[in-house]
Formats: sequence, structure tokens, C-alpha cells
Amino acid sequence: MGLRVNSQGGGTARPLESEGAFVADLPRLRPDEPCISPPQLRSIMAVRTSDGLYEVLGGGVWQEKPRASALVWRNRPPSRRRDDTFPKTAACSRMTVPKDMAEKWLWMLMPWRGCRNPRNKDPGQEEERHVKANDRDYNEKFPYADNRIRTSKYNVLTFLPINLFEQFQRVANAYFLFLLILQLIPQISSLSWFTTIVPLVLVLTITAVKDATDDYFRHKSDQQVNTRQSQVLIGGKLQNEKWMNVCVGDIIKLENNQFVAADLLLLSSSEPYGLCYIETAELDGETNLKVRQALTVTSELGMDMSKLTEFDGEVVCEPPNNKLDRFVGTLYWKDNRYPLDNEKLLLRGCMLRNTEWCFGMVIFAGPQTKLMQNCGRTAFKRTSIERLMNTLVLWIFGFLLCMGIILAIGNSIWEQKVGRNFRDYLVWEDVLTTSVFSGFLTFWSYIIILNTVVPISLYVSVEVIRLGHSYFINWDRKMYYGRRDMPAEARTTTLNEELGQVEYIFSDKTGTLTQNIMVFNKCSINGRTYGDIYDEFGHKVEISEKTPCVDFSFNPLRDRKFRFYDHSLVEAIKLGDPMVEEFFRLLALCHTVMSEEKNEGELVYQAQSPDEGALVTAARNFGFVFRARTPETITLYEMGKHVTYQLLAILDFNNVRKRMSVIVRNQTGQIKLYSKGADTILFDRLDPANDDLMYTTSEHLNEFAGEGLRTLALAYKDLDEKYFADWMKRHHIASTILENREDLLSSLYEEIEQDMMLLGATAIEDKLQEGVPETIACLTLASIKIWVLTGDKLETAMNIGYSCNMLRDDMNEVFIITGHTVLEVQQQLRRAKELILGAGRGAANGGKDAEKMDRYRDDSVFEETITSEYALIINGHSLAHALEADLECLLLDTACLCKTVVCCRVTPLQKAQVVELVKRYKRAVTLAIGDGANDVSMIKTAHIGVGISGQEGMQAVLASDYSFAQFRYLQRLLLVHGRWSYYRMCRFLCYFFYKNFAFTLVHFWFGFFCGFSAQTVYDQWFITLFNIVYTSLPVLAMGLFDQDVNEQNSLRQPKLFEPGQLNLLFNKRQFFMCTLQGIYTSCVLFFIPYGAFSNPVRDDGSQIADQQSFAVTIATSLIIVVSVQIGLDTNYWTAVNHFYIWGSLTVYFAILFAMHSDGIFSIFPSHFPFVGTARNSLTQTSVWLVILLTTVVCVMPVVAIRFLRTDLYPTLTDKVRHMQQASRKQRPQEQNLKRVRRTSSRRSAYAFSHQEGYGELITSGKNIKAASSFSAPPTGRIPGSSSWIESLLKKRNEMASSTVVEPLRSNTEREGAENTPAQQHID
Amino acid sequence: MASGYSAKEEDGHHSGAPGPAGSAAARSRKPDNTAFKQQRLPAWQPILTAGTVLPAFFIIGLLFIPIGIGLYVTSNNIRELQIDYTGTEPSSPCFECSQNYSWNMTRSCACSVPFSLDQPFESNVFMYYGLSNFYQNHRRYVKSRDDSQLNGNLKSLKDPSKECEPYRMNDGLPIAPCGAIANSLFNDTLELFYNEPNGTKTQIPLLKKGIAWWTDKHVKFRNPTGDNANLTAIFQGTTKPINWQKPVYELDTDAENNGFINEDLIVWMRTAALPTFRKLYRIIEKRGSASPTLPRGNYTLEIIYNYPVRSFEGRKRMILSTISWMGGKNPFLGIAYITVGSICFFLGVVLLIIHHKYGSRSNSADLPH
Repeated sequence: MGLRVNSQGGGTARPLESEGAFVADLPRLRPDEPCISPPQLRSIMAVRTSDGLYEVLGGGVWQEKPRASALVWRNRPPSRRRDDTFPKTAACSRMTVPKDMAEKWLWMLMPWRGCRNPRNKDPGQEEERHVKANDRDYNEKFPYADNRIRTSKYNVLTFLPINLFEQFQRVANAYFLFLLILQLIPQISSLSWFTTIVPLVLVLTITAVKDATDDYFRHKSDQQVNTRQSQVLIGGKLQNEKWMNVCVGDIIKLENNQFVAADLLLLSSSEPYGLCYIETAELDGETNLKVRQALTVTSELGMDMSKLTEFDGEVVCEPPNNKLDRFVGTLYWKDNRYPLDNEKLLLRGCMLRNTEWCFGMVIFAGPQTKLMQNCGRTAFKRTSIERLMNTLVLWIFGFLLCMGIILAIGNSIWEQKVGRNFRDYLVWEDVLTTSVFSGFLTFWSYIIILNTVVPISLYVSVEVIRLGHSYFINWDRKMYYGRRDMPAEARTTTLNEELGQVEYIFSDKTGTLTQNIMVFNKCSINGRTYGDIYDEFGHKVEISEKTPCVDFSFNPLRDRKFRFYDHSLVEAIKLGDPMVEEFFRLLALCHTVMSEEKNEGELVYQAQSPDEGALVTAARNFGFVFRARTPETITLYEMGKHVTYQLLAILDFNNVRKRMSVIVRNQTGQIKLYSKGADTILFDRLDPANDDLMYTTSEHLNEFAGEGLRTLALAYKDLDEKYFADWMKRHHIASTILENREDLLSSLYEEIEQDMMLLGATAIEDKLQEGVPETIACLTLASIKIWVLTGDKLETAMNIGYSCNMLRDDMNEVFIITGHTVLEVQQQLRRAKELILGAGRGAANGGKDAEKMDRYRDDSVFEETITSEYALIINGHSLAHALEADLECLLLDTACLCKTVVCCRVTPLQKAQVVELVKRYKRAVTLAIGDGANDVSMIKTAHIGVGISGQEGMQAVLASDYSFAQFRYLQRLLLVHGRWSYYRMCRFLCYFFYKNFAFTLVHFWFGFFCGFSAQTVYDQWFITLFNIVYTSLPVLAMGLFDQDVNEQNSLRQPKLFEPGQLNLLFNKRQFFMCTLQGIYTSCVLFFIPYGAFSNPVRDDGSQIADQQSFAVTIATSLIIVVSVQIGLDTNYWTAVNHFYIWGSLTVYFAILFAMHSDGIFSIFPSHFPFVGTARNSLTQTSVWLVILLTTVVCVMPVVAIRFLRTDLYPTLTDKVRHMQQASRKQRPQEQNLKRVRRTSSRRSAYAFSHQEGYGELITSGKNIKAASSFSAPPTGRIPGSSSWIESLLKKRNEMASSTVVEPLRSNTEREGAENTPAQQHID
Repeated sequence: MASGYSAKEEDGHHSGAPGPAGSAAARSRKPDNTAFKQQRLPAWQPILTAGTVLPAFFIIGLLFIPIGIGLYVTSNNIRELQIDYTGTEPSSPCFECSQNYSWNMTRSCACSVPFSLDQPFESNVFMYYGLSNFYQNHRRYVKSRDDSQLNGNLKSLKDPSKECEPYRMNDGLPIAPCGAIANSLFNDTLELFYNEPNGTKTQIPLLKKGIAWWTDKHVKFRNPTGDNANLTAIFQGTTKPINWQKPVYELDTDAENNGFINEDLIVWMRTAALPTFRKLYRIIEKRGSASPTLPRGNYTLEIIYNYPVRSFEGRKRMILSTISWMGGKNPFLGIAYITVGSICFFLGVVLLIIHHKYGSRSNSADLPH
């Protein structure tokens, strides 16, 4: 939905014409101008400019100046404009982002890459858009984009240069290029050029291949979209054209269920009044239909081709932008001006629904459509490990420089002291004039040699591992949802290890925790409950898949998907129990559902809320089929016969009334009022004769609520003809009155809804997704804190909280924060905090306490779980106050002391703010999970965004990093995949740094014995191949396949997740340890051969102390040591690990002997000078003794320390591994996490749509198609209130904003005058 | 994968078909149930337990100590004699030579050093020269050679690699062999005389072939064209290294040991790893089994002193040594093995004690459930 804003700006803010946005009367701000009261303003998005237009401040960001707490408006450079608006609720449709994941992969590799996209063009170029219908020549004068979409980046010719250019923008690649250049300077070159170029080319090639494949798929999908067919009016005839050939100004025809090809101005449609219905799921994720209406003048064009061809209106409108809910333009036609707004625009990506055809004129095409303009790149997310890795790489660079400087100084001194005298044998070269200059050159030489401490393969390997992990997520059958054929998907490959560190989960409710499916589950009719089934002993039977359900086959119009298990209710119906009949009649009559009957007997209900749909469907199955409605009648198919009721009035629902009623006249002429609503409300309006029944029903309601069901009470009343006529008269007067209409109407309603007779109550199950309570329990055990952020009402949210077991009756206290002012909120929060701290810990230590609690997590666990369980529930307005700068810390502290946090009635922006708050202060990894468009901002803000690929469109999924179909998969994603990924990545990084330090630092030690001359220890080929061939695969295999604990135990022991949250496996300490180990190893690797080679000879007396033998000995020792080390690090030796580890060793020796062979030397004598060395040295016993000794000395301390650590201070992981090994042969035990029983307690839950229904639309009759309805007589009634659409829209606006924050009613009148330019042209 | 979201699928998505129906079911997106994809590959999962670690330490200890002792004893049984003849001390017989000598002198300086052997050298005796403080492993030194030239490539012979600079050309002629390594070839001549008890000096025959690696002699180093007879002609148009007294084709009279395949040159060209090194100079073969190769007695080392080391404070040594299965005398390895073995054994004991006293043997006992 539109831009939802919370506005606390008091009287200055009020609703804008577009949905839910607010404007403030403020002078236009100049750049860098500070403005008052920042917190209020932060949430205001639209500012009224001096010329009376509203400008949504999308082009810049509010920045808070560091010290002064004033907000400053800064203009962003135009090139960055697109995606920095406030939480965008709109993203691109799937067709435009065919391989989002791949793109992100790419972005990871090239975060600095410039954006070359057509929509990147400076929007300032186009001040105003002039489009003339049916006049291509005129429109071609302007540089408007055509409808071709290009998301691909290269073509065959540009691929190589552009791709290489992009790749070298990466720091790592540029660094290696720099090294390569250094190596070409002969005085510096200490290594041959190939040592760098081979890995570099390899890396570049891999990346290029990846880029090329991604781009190929983009080409393909572009092609597919571009060649879709659409009907374009050319030369008076409709012609099929490809989408890409559609031009601005063309008139195209759309048919039902077609995608809109470009942003169109709706001209005419098949429906009356130029209405048409669209589904905007691709744009904003909402599946409910939206109405668009053409201008009256254009709707008269109809489908008359000649008229349409003659249409030559000119549209002048704003330039392309990304605001989905806003459009300002004017149509000039036949010397008249008609204002245009968003309600007349069909946006690309929408789908035409329930409308046979419509005609539209293309305003924006291709890349300039709002959809494409909204395809902003999501902010590039990095994992904390990656950030740490980058920091460490910088440290290593520092370390490298230090080593270089030490060795350079050493070189200077050496040249001064020794080299100067040694010049008889080794003259100084021409360039070498002083020892200081020699030191300078040596510095660079050593930088080249020692560069392998930061190996190029690190980044590539990390990518490969992450990609592998992503594939494992995609391949996981246990995260595959069969019913929708939906496997889990890792849409980002760069965040996997972060999944193992999640501390906070922010979850949406509807569609995430719940299925958003309402099921008529139980009911209480006339004091008797139906819905439970009992066995022969009178025990309640748990309903399962196998339980036989009621056979509704007697009813030809039944909904086949409906399930009900209690047969007694059908019996009652069949016996003709009048109360039961009345009960279902009420359900069939009292609602605002629309029915559509495509074929005979195939009914489809369009319900405003799923609750209503469920109730009407229930009635339908029990033989009271709601079949059709006209503005004046409702036709039921009651137990096999048609009954038409005259609809006299709909007393629609609103938030205050919390009930709705209909007044109908049945066939016998009786007038009846049927009402349904919240029990608390309805029970007050019952006839006193109902007291007994009320008492029983109330008990039933308690029972239902205890099971987490949403309840609704039903009542009816017989009306006196005369009284009703009088009432109707008054009602008619009230509804035409201008002032105080609402109040008058509601008092009228109040009057008639008195002394009703109670019928019973319904209980609807807001179906939780499978396994939600279990998942939440498990994640809680893993010390993950789950906050529920929902747009729902407090009651609903709490109800779900209870049924998810997040709220329990045995909690010490549930704090509900519902303050309306800052002060109230502050007081309530303070009180809550003091209470918790007072009870939990004897002495409260003030604000720092939360931090402390974190630190002493272990000892506070006891208290937190046993002695104090609190929950915090905070609603939207309070949250708005609490999120202000001075309260947010208090909020966070309090919230973190509570076990459960539920925020209800929150806006998408607030969702993001809450996430941001935790992100900023807690330094914890956050995960947001949601399914709808309103979760997008939160998903994008959190470290990890997870989208539930539910029914609510694709938007959350598109913005997410991971997506799957069911909330419960989160448990597996985090506890198994996340944990493994984190574990593997940490082990990988530790080993990788260790390996490279061990490998490289040998050069450092050798420097002291070779005159600091930057002579390498190893053969240059060995240096080239060490990282990419000899040691890459075993560690990759470990990084991909290693498992410390198997998946069953990962799930069974959620505590295993904690090391990740505490960042224990790879941190600066661990890095220090592994580099230390690397340094130790390099020391051993150098000094043991050094000792052994001080005066060795072969067993035939010839020398072996030569450099080449020395090199081979050290290299072989190194390979063996690092192989043994990886063997020690590998906990899970699959065949692949075996293959790679043994294979790497074999390959090492094979390559070694090949490179030292006579054959290769005779071909390239100057490149393989090591001829024969392997043969001559590796045949010597003494060399092998040296290698053996080196290996043992390197590995022994590691083994000893590891053994001691696991033996003395075993971690949970160690314990589980021991247990795992012990019980390897036994069958895995039963899952410990048994189903958590819901507690039962009385909570009145009010189940109803929280939006006003279609009541007015129905009674006005506008939407009823004259032709299509099978039984409806043509409506004679001309709508009484002429501007019903306007008021409907207005109401919907209000509702939309009231789901956000209370609408500011004080301004409604003013708004009516200025706000809707459309209304003048509707009549 | 992400590629699953194609435009085509999107079209299908809205066609109203609930889920995959009919033909779509054939290619369900359900992941394959393979051990690899489900991460259920059978695997060996070793754990460091007391049962594996402690025995390993003891075994290593028990294995290394005997090896070390063996090595140490072997090393100690090797006879070795080192004579430093640098001549920096005034008392030294070579003092004269060392004082005067520089590369450019044409006249050789000779000196002789007497020494005596207390114990006979039984088996083959190897004669080494040792240099100290000589940086054969300096980068600029190491790379200053042309392997292609040394391998007999005619083109490289006339146009040596740039790496040889500044010992590449001399007076417009290419240097053969080029480079700093070849230029600084060790050129002292060492001869050994046995002073018989009766006073006569017997020269001990020194073998100068067989001192280089077979691969070096036969693969890496080759004279240009295989025809060894005509070396002078082949090397026509090249010049000798600046410091050399003789051109390369006059290094020896024996055609098998002349030119690039002169073994003294080959040995020198195999640069040492460390600044103190020894290189095999000659072999004294054992004649007959009855008498020792070098019986006890007095000897004289006759030196033609050419090689200047004084400038960089180098030392020159002559070493006589016998060898064993493990090569020459090297107590380091033996001591290292004994040390490491002992440490391992000791660690094993310590770990055993720690494990028994503090270790948690039943690790999984207190697992939280």
C-alpha cells in the first residue's frame, strides 16, 4: 500500500489525497537547512511547497547532524535518487528481476560497481511529460523510452571490456594487478610474473563465466517479457504487437487476466462508469482487487475503434518517478482540462481482473514505468563475519607492511655491513647506489613475496563455500513445501553464516505465524456447542487428518474444501432445528461478501476479510447458500430452495461499533435485524430474557477463546413494520445530511440494535501455520528473542501470542503499553522496567542493566526463566512515541528484559524502525520474517530478511534474502543451515589464515639468512600453485561438508546455537590464535630444516644443503603439515574430503616430480631450474626424517591443546559429539521438543474485519453488473449519494491510515475541499 | 534457485491454477533425495579422545627416542676433520696469501697446512670445501645465471639472459658461463699429502668425478653441441668470466669433465641454502678392505690460494668426512628426535594424569535435554 506514515506532528499534518500519506504545512526546505523538532519530522514524507503542490520528499534523506539534534535536509545527487526514498513498499515484479540472487552475487563481487542503468539517467532532464494520444510522430520528438526492457548488462562485444573493468574495480583484484605491475620491474621482482597472473586469471575467469551466465539468463528473460503480445490500436485497427514495440501515446487494449504492458491512462472499460478492477500483487503484494475509474469523457469512448482512433487528447504530467501511489497530470482534450490522478492510472505489472476489456493510453513505457523505476537495488548486505574478515585483511596488510619494513631495514643494514664488502662476488647494480635505496627496493620485493598472507583465493573460496551452502538450502527437502511445490530458496548467497548468529527475530503475524486462513471451527447455538467430537467414552478426540469429516454431499452448492467434524450439527440442520436454521441464515445474510457464479453451482466469494468469508462459507455448506445479491435483495439457496430476502439496510461495521447488522424482509414479509459482533458489545444490547442463554454462551465463548479461537456473537431481532418505516425515514435523512452525519447514523444504529435475541456464537480459528508454537519454543531455547510486529489489533495480536505460546498465563506480568502521549508512554515503560528489575534483581542498576544482563547471560538465565517472565505489548501510537530519540533506549531496555515483545498496530516504517533500533544498540544479528508488502521495509532493514512465499504476492519474497513457504522452516534454516554455515565458515577462515601464515612467514625467517634479499624459499611454481591447487580443495571440502554435530542433534540441542550468537568461533581472538599457530608452524618449518641442513650431505656424499633441496624439503613438510592440520580440523570425513585430502597430496607429489623431471626441463630450461631436485632429495632418508620431525613438532602441540580443551572444558558441542559417537548405532531418539500444549485462559477475542466493508458499495449498486448476474433484476435504484466512489475511496483512505495511526480527524473537512480534484468530473 | 523465477512462471502463477497441476507435477521443484544434496553423505567422524590421543603421544615418544638415539650414535661415529685455512691470523700458514690476494692477480699463491689424524678414516672419505658468510642465497646472486646457456643452448651462449647482468657481456663478447654465480667460482686448489713416518710425502689420489648430482651432470648441464672434443671452437666468440683465470673450456683436460659439465662448476652452481655451507670437492676412495682410507698419521694440505674471502670476513675450510646411511655428521637431527620424543612421552604422561584427575570421561552424561 501507499506510503504509510505515522504522524505525530499534531495539527500540522493531515492526509494527502493519496493513500495514507501525510502532508505538513511547511515551507519548502532548502538544502542543509535545519528544521524544528526532528523526531516528528522524521516521519513526515510530504511537504507542502510554496506553489501549493505536495512534494513527497523522496529525493533525499533526513540526516541527523552528529551533535546538534536537528535534522538537515540534504539533496542527494540525482544519480542516487531512485532507491533512497522512505521505506519503499514497492519493489519490482519477478519479471524484472529474473535472477535476483545472481545479481546480488554479482554485487557482492563488485560492490563499488557503478550503476549503468537507463533509469539512472538524470530525471531532472525531463521537467514535464507531454504525450499525445495516437500521435507517434509528435511523441517521438521527445526522448521517451520505449517499452523495451533491458536488465542485461552486456552484449557479446562489450562483455570483455566492461566485465574486466568492473572486476578490476574490486580492491582485491586491483591489488593483485598492482602486484603484477610491481613484478614487472626487474629490480623489485622477487617472483616471476606467473605466480600472480595464474591465480588472477583464474579468479577473473571464474567471475567472468559467472557474470556471463547471469547475463545470459537476464537476456533470456528480457526477451521473454519484451516479446509478449499486446493489442495496439494502429491506424484504426487493433494489431498484435510485441510489448517492446509499444510506444508512449499508443492506445492499447487489455483483456481480463492480462498483465498491463506499460503505465496506462485508463480510457474506457467494459464495466459501467469506466470502472475496472486490477490486482496489484506484483506491485505491492496485495491480492485484493482495486478499483480504477476512467474519466467520464473518455469512458464514453467505449470500444468504438473509430472514436478511439480519433482521440487526440494530450496528457501533460509529471516526469517518470517511482511513487506508486501518486500521479499528477492533466488531460487536454477538446479545449477542456481534466485533472488526472493515480486512480486513473494502470501501472505496469498489475493484472486486469473481473473486467472484460479496457483501453488505455501509454504514458510511461519500459524503463520509465513506475514498476521499473521501483526496481531499486536493495542495500548491499554484508555479514558480520565478512566485515570482520575485511578488518582482518586490513590488519594483515598492516602486518605485511610491518614485515616489509623490518626486512627492508634489515636489508639496508645488511647491505651496509655485509653487502658492501661482498661486492667482489655480487656487485651492486647500476640502480643500487646506496644501501638505503636497496632497502626501499627490497621493501617492495618483500611485499610481493609476502602477499600470499592475503591470498587472492580467500575471496573466491569464501564465495564458493557460500554458494555451496546456498545450494544446500535450496536442496533441502525438509524445507520444501509440497502443497505449493515450494522449495526453500536462498536468494542471497552472501549471508549464510550470519544465519548462525541470529539473536533477534522480528516476525510479522498474518501470513507468517498464521496462515491467514480463517476456519469455521466451532459454534455455540442456543446454548449448545458444536464442533468437538467425542469418542464412545465421552472423551474429546483430537482432530487429525484421519478424522472423518462431515459429508456435505446433500448440498450441491457446497464448498468442497470445507471441513467440519461434528456430525451433530448436520443432524440438527436436517431435523430443522429453528434456532440452528436462524443461526446459519444470519451467517448467510449478515455480511458484505460478494458472490460470483462463473458456472452454475460454482460460487466464488469475494470477502473483505477472511473471517467473513469463513462464516459465509460455513453457512453455505450447512445448506444456507448465499448465492447472489443486488443492492436491494439477497438471494439464498436455503436447504434446497431459493429464497430471496429484501435487503433494507446494512448497518456497516466500524471500529467503534464492533458489530454489523443487516435489516431484511423475508418472504413472509417479516422484517428482521440480524447482527453479529464482539460478544462484549452484543451482550450489552440483548433482551433481558436472554440472560440464561447469555450465561451459557459466555461460558462457551471462554472455552473457545481458551483454545485461541476468534469469537463472534450472533443475535437477531424482529422489527415492527411501523417502527422500521419511521426509523428508515430518519435514516434516510441522516444519510443525506452533511454535518455530523456519522454521529447521527451511529446513534440511529445504536437505537435499533437494542433488545436483540441471542442466537449463539461462532468460533473461527485463525489457523496458525504448522508447527509455529514448537518452532518458537525451540528458537527461544536457542536464546533467540522473537518479537512480533504486526499491523493487527492488540486483541488479535495477543490472541496469537497466546496460541503461539509466546504469552502464557503463568507469566509474571504482561505489560501493555497504550499511552497516547510521550509522558504516558514513558511512565508506563518506566514502571514496567522498575517492576522487572525490582522483582528480578534486588538492586536495579539503572540503564546499564540490560547490557550487564547480556554479559552475565549465563548466570542470569536462571532468573530470567524461572523467576521472572514478562511480556511487553505495545501498540502503534505508543511505539511512535517510544521510538523517539529520548525514549528509545528505555524502550529497548525494557523490551530486552521481557521474554516476549509484541508490537501491534505498527506501520511498515515502524517495523523498520524497531529493527533498526535493535540493530543499532544491541549489536546483534537481526532477522526479519514476513510475507506481505508491509514487511518489506523491515525485511530490508534487518541483517537477514526472510520472506514467506505465501499467498500475499511476491513482494516480501523479492525483497528477502531467504524465502520459504512455512514459518516452521525457520527453525531448520537457523539451527541447521545457519549453524553449519557459521561453523564451517569459521573453521574455514581459521584454517585459511593459519595455512597462509604458515606458508608465507617462512620467507620472513629465511630473510635473516639470505641477506634480506627477498629470495624465496620455495620454487616459484610451488608458490603459484600452493593456494589454488595444493591446498584449496581440502579446505573447500571442509567448508562445504563439515558437520560438527548432525542435524538431528542441532535441532534437539538448540543451545548449540549460542556460540554463533556470542561470536565465539571466529573473532579477533580466534584469528590471533590461528595466526599464532601459523607463525609457530612457519618457525618450525624453517628452523628444523635449517638445523638439519647446516651441514648435511647425501648418503653418497654429495651435497644436499643447496637451496633447491632446502626448498623441496620445506615445501613437502608444509604440504604434509597443512594436510594433517586439515585432517584434524575436519570433523566429518566424507568421501569427498578423503578424495580431496589424499588427492591434494598425490597431486602435490605428481606435480613436484613432473616439474622436476628431465622432460619438462628440456622443453623450458629457464623456467624449470629445479630439475632432478625432487629425485635427489626425496630419496634421502634424512630428508624424510626432517619432514617427519617437522610434522610432529607442528601438530603435536595443537593436538595436545585441543585434547586438553575438550577434556577439561568440553563445550556443549563436544558433549553432543561424544554422545553422537556413543549412540551412532542406536536409532535417533524421539524428538525432545514435544508439542507444547496451549494454555487456556479467558481472552475475549473479537474477530472481524478491521476494515469497513463494501456496505456502501453494495447498497449503491454500482458494482453489480447488469448483464452478468444470473438472477439479479436490473437495478432501478439510482444511487442516492452521488459521490459514493469518492466517499468510499475516502473511507478507504481513512481506514488505510487508521491501520497505521489514528487518522487526524480534525482536518477531514479541509481535506475534502482541496483534496479530490477527481470528484468534479465524476458526476 | 533464483533462476526459478522466470517470466514464464509468472504468467502461470496468475492463471488461477492452484499449485502444480497435471504437466507441472512432472517437473516438481521438490529437491532430489540424494545423500549429497541432503547432506547425509556417509562420513567418518573422528573425535580427539583420550583413547586416541594418549596412545598417539606414547607411540610417537617411543618411536622417536630410538630413532634419535640411532641418529645420534650414527652421527657420532662419523669421522670428520675440519681445517680452517682462511689465514686471517698471522700465525696461520696462509696468512701471506690471504693478505695479498685479490681477484686480479695472475700469480698464484701457495701455502700448506699440516694436520694429523688421531684416528683412521675407514671408509670412503669425502673432501669438502666450506665457506662461511658467503651469501650464495642472495636473491641477486641466485638469479644471476642462465640455465639455458648452461644447458648448451647455442643461442643463449651467444646472447645470455639479462639475469646475468652485469656479468653478461665483457668487451662486447658474451660471457660463458655468464652471471655472478659462475663468476665467483671457487678456485682454490686443494691437495692432500700423507706424511709417511719415514718423512716422504705421498699425494693422496683425489677423485674429481662423481661429486655432482647425476641429474645435474647429465641433464641440467650440457656443453653446447654434444661434441666435447672441440670445445674451444664451440666457445669461440665468448669470453671467460671476469674473475676466472682460464676460460671454461680449459677447466679440465678430461673431455667428460670440461666446459659446462665440469663437476666443480656444477657443484658451485648448485647454490647453497645458507650462508655457511660446504661443497663436495673431491672423493678419496677406499682402496682394498685391508687398510683404512686415511690411516692415522700426519698429513699436509697443499693449497693454491686463489679465492679471496677476507673482504667480507668469510672463512674457508677444508673438511674431511666419512658418511653413513643418513649422510654426513649432523648431531642436530638425532638430538632433535630425542628431544621431541621425550617431550611427547612426557606430554603423554602429563595428559594421562590430567585426564584421570580432572577429565570428564563421560562427557555426554550431563547433556541438557
